[in-house]
Amino acid sequence: MPRLSVRRFWEIPFLAEAVAILLAFLLGSLVLLVTGYSPLRAFAALFRGAFGSRNAFGQTLTQATPILFASLSFVLAFRAGIFNIGVEGQLLIGALSAALLGNSIKFLPMPLHLPLALLGGGLGGALWALVPALIRVYLGAHEVITTMMMSYVAFYFTSYLVNYPFKAPGWVAQTNPVEPTALLPRILPPTQLSLAFILALFFAVLVFYFLFRTHLGFQVRAVGLSPQVAENRGIPVASRQILAFVLSGFVAGIGGAGEVLGVHEKFVDGFSPGYGWDGIAVSLVGRLHPFGCVFAALLFGMLRAGGMSMARVTKVPLDLSLIIQALVIILISAPRFIRVVILRKKGM
Amino acid sequence: MGQIINLGLFQAMLRMSLPVLFAALGGMFCERVGVVNIGLEGIMLNSAFFAVFATYASGNPWIGFLAGVLSGVGLGVIIALLTVRYYGNQIVVGTGINVFGLGFSAFMCQRIWGSRGASESVTALPIFRVPYLERVLGENTVLLYLAFLLVILSHLFLFYTPWGLRVRAVGENPQAADTAGVDVHRYKMVFVSLGSGIAALGGVFLSLAHLNFFAWGMTSGRGFMGLAAMIFGKWTPVGCFLSSLLFGFTDALQMRLQALGILPSQIILLFPYLVTILVLSGFVGRATPPSDYKPYEKK
Repeated sequence: MPRLSVRRFWEIPFLAEAVAILLAFLLGSLVLLVTGYSPLRAFAALFRGAFGSRNAFGQTLTQATPILFASLSFVLAFRAGIFNIGVEGQLLIGALSAALLGNSIKFLPMPLHLPLALLGGGLGGALWALVPALIRVYLGAHEVITTMMMSYVAFYFTSYLVNYPFKAPGWVAQTNPVEPTALLPRILPPTQLSLAFILALFFAVLVFYFLFRTHLGFQVRAVGLSPQVAENRGIPVASRQILAFVLSGFVAGIGGAGEVLGVHEKFVDGFSPGYGWDGIAVSLVGRLHPFGCVFAALLFGMLRAGGMSMARVTKVPLDLSLIIQALVIILISAPRFIRVVILRKKGM
Repeated sequence: MGQIINLGLFQAMLRMSLPVLFAALGGMFCERVGVVNIGLEGIMLNSAFFAVFATYASGNPWIGFLAGVLSGVGLGVIIALLTVRYYGNQIVVGTGINVFGLGFSAFMCQRIWGSRGASESVTALPIFRVPYLERVLGENTVLLYLAFLLVILSHLFLFYTPWGLRVRAVGENPQAADTAGVDVHRYKMVFVSLGSGIAALGGVFLSLAHLNFFAWGMTSGRGFMGLAAMIFGKWTPVGCFLSSLLFGFTDALQMRLQALGILPSQIILLFPYLVTILVLSGFVGRATPPSDYKPYEKK
């Protein structure tokens, strides 16, 4: 007989996520204490650096932008049962494609040039994801290793291109600047915040609409939940997996393009501090839902922006934010562990 | 050609296959009990750091060796707890461990030596003298011979002892193993931790034998290559050994070419990753893993 059930208090939405984040900060404080830093001063500097001024706030949103793109990319693939941990590589290829389209075409007006450069970035990322997608579906090699390897290839390949064939004159390994007609307008001067942020929010809605309001998105999610059941229902599993994988790469590529066209205005060797990795943590905190990702991306943007200013002011290494991020991923990976922590009960 | 292909290249191949081999063997033990350990990269990076740190603090590379291995076992215990006891997603936990390894080692490196790029130099592990054999294999630390020993011992263990049979049963058919009275969770816990400890030897090799300092991200994907070598080697110790030679070869060749300055270094550095992708996609076909890697819940 069905029993009416009251929601238990640990089922409060996002409670587990909140506890995981809190625990991660506590463990991060422990690392700081053990290594002889003051957690209070470090985190105070971090929050000041993230929200303390108009500049700081703009920086937080600027950092949140590529992270949001990366997390949406991860979610798209994950919903089809695919672990695209190579978001970083797709983002790099997208960034380089956008930079090259942005600085080589000189005759197009902005309404054509900017979309072209963005789209080029997306297609670059999509192409980079297509390779592991085809390998996964037709040759059976698991995407966790191949996408990771593709990321390394992307890193060295883009590094080669901006060190040799496409290097701008001068000492720095970077491309020529993007033409003004392909730049994303800044929306909160004097900060680097650009239209890319709005575009990222728009993509969150788009990804939501695709996954939860279209037939194709439904099929993608069905494949992710159970390939066997989906197959039995006549859904072409392989083609839906490839579609989700390629769309995932496309969104990552747009994210890279947004960085180039909105922030750096050229491709600088090694510009990404690992936005692709942030994306994975963010999507997990955001419960693999596009709107959850928006909030989680803001949190991690804060961590990055605040972390940079913390490193300047207190000499605490910037990598603290990476440690906290890793702890968040690890703690969220096992919901039952968090439940045990919340209930302080052994063995659930 | 003589500059590239000679006995020196063979010796370099053997040496550079070691980190991949340790990762492959470690990953193999984890997968044999049904846990995919994507976190090998982070484990190795962390152990490379701890090996240098303990050597720096004590002046004795053997203490560093021990610290490196123990750090691997420690992370292994965490992975095992989260994936086996709390049924956490194996890929997510592993990804977290990788990010942790990268962040923690860089954080500590900057805290201790003031630079997140590289540590100070420390005393490396001494050359292990083996008369005659040395002329062919080159001068090596004890890690090379330990690797040979590990391959033989793991082979004997897995296929010729009752414990090995139980290990394989736990991965292939946990229900049956449980029914036969094998403590499935315990086997998983022990062998995931042990496998992580073995993989940690790869990190120790990189920072105390190949080099004598810690450098940011110095494992550069070798944990993942280890997983590829493990798959290519069909989850057997001897297979792992043979396939890591391939990765050792690309690595050795890459170093040779870089020293000669024929191609831009970025292009040469690509080789091992491309080979990994090719190995996984082209030559393996559909290898059957020893487990379906689902968490096992006791009834």
